[in-house]
Amino acid sequence: MFDIDVVTLSRLQFAATAMYHFLFVPLTLGLSFLIAIMESVYVMTGRDIWRRMTLFWGTLFGINFAMGVATGVVMEFQFGMNWSYYSHYVGDIFGAPLAIEGLMAFFLEATFIGMFFFGWDRLPKVGHLAVTWLVAFGANFSALWILIANGWMQNPVGGVFNPDTMRMEISDFMAVIFNPVAQAKFVHTVSAGYVAGSVFVIAVSAWFLLRGRHIELAKRSMAVAASFGLAASLSVVVLGDESGYLATENQKMKVAAMEAMWHTEPAPAAINVIAFPNMAKQDNSFSISIPYLLGIIGTRSLSQELPGIVNLVDNAKVKIRNGITAYTALQKIRADKNDAAARATFSETWKDLGYGLLLKLHRPDIENATEADITAAANETIPDVPVLFWAFRIMVGLGFYLIGFFIVAFWTASRHRLGDKRWMLWVALLSLPLPWVAIEVGWIVAEFGRQPWIIEGVLPTFYAASGLTLVDLSISLAIFLVLYTSLAIVEVYLMVHAIKKGPTAAEPMEPQGGTILPGAAFARPQQH
Amino acid sequence: MIPFVPLDYETLRLIWWLLLGVLLIGFAIMDGFDLGVGALLPFVARNDDERRIVINSIGPVWEGNQVWLILGGGAIFAAWPMLYAVSFSGFYLAMMVILIAIILRPVGFKYRSKIADPRWRETWDWALFVGGFIPALIFGVAVGNVLRGVPFRFDDSLRPFYEGGFFGLLMPFALLAGLVSLSMLVAHGASMLMLKTSGAISERARIYGSYAALATIVLFALGGIWVALGFDGYVVTSVQDVAGPSNPLAKTAVRQSGAWIANYGAHPWMMVAPLLGFLGSAIALFAYARRLAGLAFIGSATAIVGVISTAGLSLFPFLLPSSLDPNASLTVWDASSSHLTLWIMLLATLVFLPIVLVYTAFVYRVMRGKVTTEGLGRNPNAY
Repeated sequence: MFDIDVVTLSRLQFAATAMYHFLFVPLTLGLSFLIAIMESVYVMTGRDIWRRMTLFWGTLFGINFAMGVATGVVMEFQFGMNWSYYSHYVGDIFGAPLAIEGLMAFFLEATFIGMFFFGWDRLPKVGHLAVTWLVAFGANFSALWILIANGWMQNPVGGVFNPDTMRMEISDFMAVIFNPVAQAKFVHTVSAGYVAGSVFVIAVSAWFLLRGRHIELAKRSMAVAASFGLAASLSVVVLGDESGYLATENQKMKVAAMEAMWHTEPAPAAINVIAFPNMAKQDNSFSISIPYLLGIIGTRSLSQELPGIVNLVDNAKVKIRNGITAYTALQKIRADKNDAAARATFSETWKDLGYGLLLKLHRPDIENATEADITAAANETIPDVPVLFWAFRIMVGLGFYLIGFFIVAFWTASRHRLGDKRWMLWVALLSLPLPWVAIEVGWIVAEFGRQPWIIEGVLPTFYAASGLTLVDLSISLAIFLVLYTSLAIVEVYLMVHAIKKGPTAAEPMEPQGGTILPGAAFARPQQH
Repeated sequence: MIPFVPLDYETLRLIWWLLLGVLLIGFAIMDGFDLGVGALLPFVARNDDERRIVINSIGPVWEGNQVWLILGGGAIFAAWPMLYAVSFSGFYLAMMVILIAIILRPVGFKYRSKIADPRWRETWDWALFVGGFIPALIFGVAVGNVLRGVPFRFDDSLRPFYEGGFFGLLMPFALLAGLVSLSMLVAHGASMLMLKTSGAISERARIYGSYAALATIVLFALGGIWVALGFDGYVVTSVQDVAGPSNPLAKTAVRQSGAWIANYGAHPWMMVAPLLGFLGSAIALFAYARRLAGLAFIGSATAIVGVISTAGLSLFPFLLPSSLDPNASLTVWDASSSHLTLWIMLLATLVFLPIVLVYTAFVYRVMRGKVTTEGLGRNPNAY
């Protein structure tokens, strides 16, 4: 009934385009604030070095931003193109944050980015600074709304299924906005972006120091990035979203899979430091664990239990049976709109309709599902445990490494010892890719760990794809891979080119002294 | 519990139909001149200095303008999810072609002048041309297909199925619609170039603009005749509950000759739309001849308002008719979001769109004036 190859290719394409997009987004998030801080120092102190820093990092920001825009448009269109049933099924709720993102955030960011680059000699100093901050806030608001949308996929609150329109409809928009999963993800994701921006600034500055070039600029940039990065790296881990994961059943499944915890343990549960999970046996072939730690991290308590994978599968079976009842009632409503009994049954069971739909992979007439079908579908609610277990460990390991990295950087900067030890500069330079690795595996944990759901508990992924042909999908996937890879190579080439050229190229844009608008608040005499 | 919504469902659907038009027109006016300038790039600029002037005439503003497209996509998703689901998946490969063009644009602008090598720059100039020309054409082709009806149907769980290929989209009428859109946006781009440049570039833009405005008049008239005489429109044959749940399968519809011009007979005031299409182009023609850049821009923008409104009013209440199963056609009354979502989105639009317009106007004011080689030389960030 469902062409699984079409679903798989659609998923591959979404994963590829999203992961490419997220090579560029973190740097936009982080670098925009770092540049705004640098320009603020320039406006406050009037010292030219800070203006040159703003211009230099601004040039790199622009090269990166172009790719962020190029890969970002695709993301918004792909829901409709590749996931048309998803778009129909949840567009009433999911579309709103995306549209508001455009209205409130991306318009702001994109309109003022032109002013950032072209407005230096047309705006007073404070005016240009305001523009830079608006770009930074625009980028971060943008992340807020996108993560509200994404958070809803993980924890779909504030909606109700309408049998007359065959879709989820909004019932409580505030619940969608203040979704705890979305809020946790927002803080976690933007903080990770700030870390990436800070590591980028430190690594490029380290390269300058190793080459003995642009020393003043490099040291100041490093100092700013070290402080900003230290705060951000702590925020990523401390405000990281594991606590937010516990809101719902699938999130519990995700946590259990991340930790390869097959069976519920007495609270507080032990944490597996190393494990070789075996999906077929539903157990770990080998594991080394530390007692109590997972329970404390995961629940912030000593008494709350964390459910194991096998126990969650048992819960899923109950929900699937409930989902069959909901689906049967829905069929009756569709046959007769005025069937009050069926509507009553449906309104009691609709929350598990999605679990019923999991059976569609096994048979079209899910009301006749056998015990074997139910068991199979329940087992399919387990995400890929080995991948999640190790991806999560890579992310956390890198997170802690980066905290250490920024502690050392901050300590060195506050003692004015930056650049004294060459090996430290090398470490800084070679650490450049690490935040990106952490971010990408983090997204794998979040989204691959959401499987088999596209909307957790509401809509299975296989049920949501467009009815495209394999030819269509092969063409589009090939185009994206070739185009994105070529452009990414060009981007890195231009970055390296601009870094080698260094800040001296970014001369001499003086903010103008006068005012553009009569009576503008920021019309002040300027000093250079 | 559903919160209280002060406007009824029917009114909100109508408002969102109007806002859909506002967003499409906003996109076509604001990003349209960027597309037109891109399409004109190889023709109005003969050397690198000239090309840089052309590119930088829109350099500071094109990113903001493109958000109209992104907002349009988001607003269709939020307010007309079925339209979003059916059209974006149905026009899959056509969307891919547009996406390629739109992916090339930001990098084209940003990367082109970072390196002085002529081959590097020519490659990106070509990308910018494609990035302007292709979307300007394809958006019109898409509208042409909508007027002809699109081969889709729903199963009983409202899952859309599209049963047509990519080349089926390139039917003669759709290509004509594509040319209308291309010529209208090229004229608009030419108006912008007259405003932002001087000398030879401005002069060439003026001439190409005149051809494009003339072509818009001829092709738009041809399209109108074709719509009136050449093929059938669609009509709803059952009574539609304008405040009912959004389920397209709840109504019946059929193909009918002359249906796309019936609205103009029933509501003669709607003739304003096509008249604006012609009048705007005529004003632009006059202004090109007299070298009045500001008036030319008003003319080409008016033409855009007229042409897009004409398509929307002809289709009303249809948004996307189905040639495969007319009953499955999407209309204003059965393809919208829920009552509450339309209301929330209206509030968001009423709050944020005016703010957007204010700061956009501010940016244009700051960036006003003609682009010159000397000016570009002073700015290391220029494209």
